[in-house]
Amino acid sequence: MADLIPIKKVAGRPIPLRGNDVDTDRIIPARFMKAVTFEGMGRFAFYDVRFDAEGHSKGHIMDDPRFEAKGPRVAIVNKNFGCGSSREHAPQALLRWGIKAIVGESFADIFFGNCVALGIPCVSASEAKVAALMAAVEEDPAHDLVVDLETMTIAYRGKSYAIALPGGSRSQLLDGSWDATRSLLQGADAVRATAARLPYVAGFAKA
Amino acid sequence: MGKSLLDKVWQAHSVRELPSGQTQLFIGLHLIHEVTSPQAFQMMREQDLKVAFAQRTFATVDHIIPTDTRQRPYVDSQAEGMMSAIERNCREFGIRFFDGPSGHQGIVHVLGPELGLTQPGMTVACGDSHTSTHGALGAVAFGIGTSQVRDVLASQCLAIQRPRVRRIEIEGKLALGVYAKDVTLHIIRNLGVKGGVGFAYEYAGAVVEHMTMEERMTLCNMSIEGGARLGYVNPDQTTFDYVRGREFAPPAENFERAVAWWRSMASDPDAGYDDTVRLDGERIAPTVTWGINPGQAIGVDEKIPVADSFAPDDREVAEDAYEYMGFKPGAEIRGTRIDVAFIGSCTNGRISDLREAAKVARLGKVKPHVKALVVPGSEAVAKAAEAEGLPEVFRQAGFEWRLPGCSMCLAMNPDKLVGRQVCASSSNRNFKGRQGSPSGRTLLMSPAMVAAAAIEGAVADVRDMLGRK
Repeated sequence: MADLIPIKKVAGRPIPLRGNDVDTDRIIPARFMKAVTFEGMGRFAFYDVRFDAEGHSKGHIMDDPRFEAKGPRVAIVNKNFGCGSSREHAPQALLRWGIKAIVGESFADIFFGNCVALGIPCVSASEAKVAALMAAVEEDPAHDLVVDLETMTIAYRGKSYAIALPGGSRSQLLDGSWDATRSLLQGADAVRATAARLPYVAGFAKA
Repeated sequence: MGKSLLDKVWQAHSVRELPSGQTQLFIGLHLIHEVTSPQAFQMMREQDLKVAFAQRTFATVDHIIPTDTRQRPYVDSQAEGMMSAIERNCREFGIRFFDGPSGHQGIVHVLGPELGLTQPGMTVACGDSHTSTHGALGAVAFGIGTSQVRDVLASQCLAIQRPRVRRIEIEGKLALGVYAKDVTLHIIRNLGVKGGVGFAYEYAGAVVEHMTMEERMTLCNMSIEGGARLGYVNPDQTTFDYVRGREFAPPAENFERAVAWWRSMASDPDAGYDDTVRLDGERIAPTVTWGINPGQAIGVDEKIPVADSFAPDDREVAEDAYEYMGFKPGAEIRGTRIDVAFIGSCTNGRISDLREAAKVARLGKVKPHVKALVVPGSEAVAKAAEAEGLPEVFRQAGFEWRLPGCSMCLAMNPDKLVGRQVCASSSNRNFKGRQGSPSGRTLLMSPAMVAAAAIEGAVADVRDMLGRK
């Protein structure tokens, strides 16, 4: 089993991905999911938003030289990011493109859970703060955005903003149990006891 | 204060509280399919994990399967690769696979209830957001990602936060030509595509009580489109009668014991809710989406709303929708020319859906410019339809009758829109590019409305065809 990797701080060049209700079909169109592995998913992130039918760039921010950077990236999004399909291919594509953390106004439930399971913090901030942050980044994107889960703040160009993250997910990231398999397996006896209490597990046979 | 079904099911399945504060939740039924499971099995191999409760996981193939022929190998080599992978994974890990030769292949959310696998009071998880469908039986059922599929395989559990509960009461009676699909589109239109985030939806009220199980499945199916990861209906006699006698239902000698437990899991009359919403069923019209998310829906006799009518949060998405769809605010949706008609999906691919569509198909012929497909939700649905002569009704009207699968709902198989085609669709998502063409356009509606649109060649009001007085 994988070692526990605590995630306390993510620093990387920011990239604003504007819009409310960005769905996972847009993040990764279904035709790119015809594979038995997540490898190579990164190049299909937001494919139809970024490229035309001939594969030419439409000048999307992810392909804008001003926002080009090496190393980890931090996406900035608006409301209900990642709605729709439960496909983990969506956060996998973003992760493999380089996105290691997401700051946004709000996230769809399943997408949020999938990100935690991959160790990608999705932290939220108010509409005004996200707007201010997006504007600051668009004006000058050449600095690292720091997401700090211990102090629950993000910092950009000397300005600090408070963020929120549900307590359970924050603990999972801080103690490394975001990869839940190990802690779930530690409860194996309790799992068997729970199963034994549920009458349907034995087909409602007389006790 | 009493407890809701969600409270009770959560408590019964709670293994322990995790150090993170989340619940370790036991999963009673785990369903898998070919798209979101292969990577999970790969992780199992890499981490040397064993399947904890192999008899509580069931597999089928639905997303990539062609609907014209089942000849192997599939023409699409990627689809063939995915099919081979799930065959191998089920074999190696000892999981029951409902493939073609089993006679039970079908869309995973049609299959679970149909086989009696889904039962009241259970927790159900599947790597698919429309797992909310199974809530129709009074189960707590929700979609998960692939890493979580691995967790359920390895431990039969998930680390998860308990949602809040919103009760949605729909009172009154639905008018002729108004179906469960219209109810769910009406709810999403009113509460928004993000209104349900963080919530489980408990559907109640006279309209829901009078619904058949299949109608309740349509209703719960689209909970996720309203942002709610799960939706459910409290189990009642309709539920018990539906489950009785199905292949995996409790055997007859244990059935009354099962019913007693199921009844005990329903919400108490004095249960507390985090929120309650009341809607008037009488005011629901046949509903059609005009935009790029399922909340952008209107009654068929309404006009496409102008940007100013939206809350600030939704205005930009509306502007985006006008441009993508090529529709003008203030224009009628009725009369919008369609190119394709699709009847099927986990939302509306069950026998009762096909019966309602067939009633309309009997009234005319598909317009020559329209390509019309009927894709049953499972082999059992196909067999039932054949027994009633429905394929013939559809064929005579000019529809193609296909083999079961997800098909054009998400177009991972060869059934796709081309270019900017407009599709009247009984599926669940009208996202940009959803039906296989990056510029394709989807209008969501009930199966009867799709049939009406196929015959008119344009969006039509099914009430007129059904003889509204």
